[in-house]
Amino acid sequence: MDFGLTEKQIMIRKITREFAEKHIAPVAEESDRVSELDPNVMEKMKEMNYFGTCIPEEYGGAGLHNDTIAFAICTEEIGRVDASWSITTGVHCSVCTYPIYRFGNDEQKEKFLIPLAKGEKIGAFCLTEANAGSDAGGVQLTAEKEGDEYILNGSKIFATNGGIAGTLLVVAKSGEINSRKQLTIFIVDTDTPGYSVGVKEDKLGVRASNTSELVFQDVRVPEENILGGLSNGFRLGLQILDFGRITIAAQCLGLAQGCLEASVKYSNEREQFGTKIGKFQGIQWKIADMTTDVESARLLTYKAAWMCDQKMDYGLSGSMAKLVASEAAMKAAHQAVQIHGGYGLMKAYPVERFFRDAKMGEYAVVSAA
Amino acid sequence: MKVFVCIKQVPGVSEVKIDPKTNTLVREGIPSIINPHDKHAIELGISIKEEYGGEVIALSMGPPQAEKALREVLSMGVDKAYLLTDRAFAGADTLATSHTLALAIKKLLKETNVEQKYIVICGTQAIDGDTAQVGPELAEELNIPQITYVLKFRLEEDDKVIVERAFRTEEVVEIETRLPVLVSVVKEINVPRMPGVQGIVNAYQNKEVIYLNADDIGADKSEIGLNGSMTEVWKIFIPEKKVDHVVLTGTIDEMVRELCINLHDDKVI
Ligand SMILES: Cc1cc2nc3c(=O)[nH]c(=O)nc-3n(C[C@H](O)[C@H](O)[C@H](O)COP(=O)(O)OP(=O)(O)OC[C@H]3O[C@@H](n4cnc5c(N)ncnc54)[C@H](O)[C@@H]3O)c2cc1C
Ligand SMILES: Cc1cc2nc3c(=O)[nH]c(=O)nc-3n(C[C@H](O)[C@H](O)[C@H](O)COP(=O)(O)OP(=O)(O)OC[C@H]3O[C@@H](n4cnc5c(N)ncnc54)[C@H](O)[C@@H]3O)c2cc1C
Repeated sequence: MDFGLTEKQIMIRKITREFAEKHIAPVAEESDRVSELDPNVMEKMKEMNYFGTCIPEEYGGAGLHNDTIAFAICTEEIGRVDASWSITTGVHCSVCTYPIYRFGNDEQKEKFLIPLAKGEKIGAFCLTEANAGSDAGGVQLTAEKEGDEYILNGSKIFATNGGIAGTLLVVAKSGEINSRKQLTIFIVDTDTPGYSVGVKEDKLGVRASNTSELVFQDVRVPEENILGGLSNGFRLGLQILDFGRITIAAQCLGLAQGCLEASVKYSNEREQFGTKIGKFQGIQWKIADMTTDVESARLLTYKAAWMCDQKMDYGLSGSMAKLVASEAAMKAAHQAVQIHGGYGLMKAYPVERFFRDAKMGEYAVVSAA
Repeated sequence: MKVFVCIKQVPGVSEVKIDPKTNTLVREGIPSIINPHDKHAIELGISIKEEYGGEVIALSMGPPQAEKALREVLSMGVDKAYLLTDRAFAGADTLATSHTLALAIKKLLKETNVEQKYIVICGTQAIDGDTAQVGPELAEELNIPQITYVLKFRLEEDDKVIVERAFRTEEVVEIETRLPVLVSVVKEINVPRMPGVQGIVNAYQNKEVIYLNADDIGADKSEIGLNGSMTEVWKIFIPEKKVDHVVLTGTIDEMVRELCINLHDDKVI
């Protein structure tokens, strides 16, 4: 058993941390305030290949398709500074781009994967509907076959990146067999007539991340855009979410780490009763607990990623990682604000934003557990 | 065309701590970084390649952990990296360092038969040793022209090199020479790129750091490391702070009066 990271993984962490601190951190608060991702950061993130992290170079990616630990590290380091960015690249990579790489055919990869991996197009995964949340089988958006096309009708909600996406994976009801609903996943180009973006959500946290309602009115999608086979959507969707969970776990892990570091820093600065508050055992306990939670989350997250790279079944590990990491993020954010006292509620400190962002982990893409 | 860039791995702190007992630099717990100037040297090397073609080769003399620094510059886009590492190199002063670097460059030039068309790029100075001597000494060893404090670099036909040199920023002069040349750069010359994830993956999967020892470069043991060093370190110390500074407050008149009294008391006036 070896818990050590490779030199490559260590370098990826170092560079991503430098990048996040230099380019993302200074604008994170403003992006949160205006509920928009910073366009300059977006360009730089593309140059750094954060939109093609887990895709091979031949498809325009960075080449970490066999190194999910390194991909998790990228997501973690981005999330350590700004959860809005880690959910943006996390969703783009893990539940849109990677599935096309894993399950797409050569033509689909040529047409859709390359622009996604290069960041020329942003990707989204569209499952949730007004009546289909935790119950993914409740999808009502229909896909009706006409000639060699499918016509999509219905709407999706809460789609991360929805409003800024160029390519969507849409889970649709494509028919019924023996009164059992059949789901199919379609790759949809957002240029297709009949498609429009509805409400852009105004959220508690991850405010800069785009979360949108998407409307499909007679959207004609060619048959060749079916991902991984007709009626295969439910099975495929679950597999996609398995990989997505590792990414959410990594986002939460990064956020928890950010909270921990902010707490350590503040408790070594702030003085009360004539001494640094970090000297109080009551504060030290909180920090000890946070450190333990963060480490547990990290171990589970990297283990799930490692299992994925070993081609083992990582479904259970990924779920445990997401559960533990999302709870670690919530607890760490809570304690971080507590340690900051009244200042914790002020915009001058990032923990105010971390606190609001932390809740995301328990819901985004799939509910807790 | 070959572009050689010399990089040094240094402790990542601006204030160096010295162990009072052993008189040596405290290195424990201090992360190593690429000497900040040298990232600008690398950036110039890569941009020369992008504009005029050629191959960028990074060289570093240091212990095995300096491989990390070389991997980082490979990630940025350097083509090849050589680590000059050998116990016999230890204790080198600037003369022995530049001699060792020169031997390596000569060896690599000989292997490729492009002896006349090359550029060597150094940072102006290292943040730890801080002598700014290695670049100039290396040029002497190689017997090629040197231009230090370079702010702008341009290559024209017939191997003509035109640079702007800023010894003090207000005095910028333009200098012309021909390849081969050694330049040492100042930070203002460019903004070093950050390696993308793809670059990092490439640096670890498709590129290598080649280790060279004293024998590989045909070094004479009396001319490298401690033996080859003309200087001897007697003592390293932090200058003692003898007086505290005082910040005067009050109106201009009050402050001037107090200053004069102080200067008088201290027998300055
Ligand atoms: C920031 C953000 C980003 C998102 N991004 C995406 C995205 O990119 N793509 C996408 O498709 N969706 C996305 N979602 C939607 C998300 O996946 C859903 O919110 C989630 O699946 C929960 O569904 P729901 O909101 O309808 O809650 P519901 O399913 O209505 O759940 C309500 C409550 O009931 C509980 N509950 C539900 N079922 C059970 C049960 N069987 N037993 C016990 N308790 C139960 C839940 O835990 C929850 O507490 C996003 C959501 C957020 C907040
Ligand atoms: C007081 C003192 C004591 C020292 N004692 C020792 C000792 O006991 N043992 C020991 O090993 N070293 C010792 N050194 C370190 C060593 O002599 C110098 O650091 C080294 O020769 C480079 O000089 P510099 O740091 O002044 O670099 P500078 O001349 O300021 O560097 C200019 C440029 O030269 C290039 N360069 C410099 N060094 C290297 C390198 N190693 N590889 C590749 N390129 C390089 C870089 O491009 C750099 O930007 C000591 C240095 C000083 C100042």
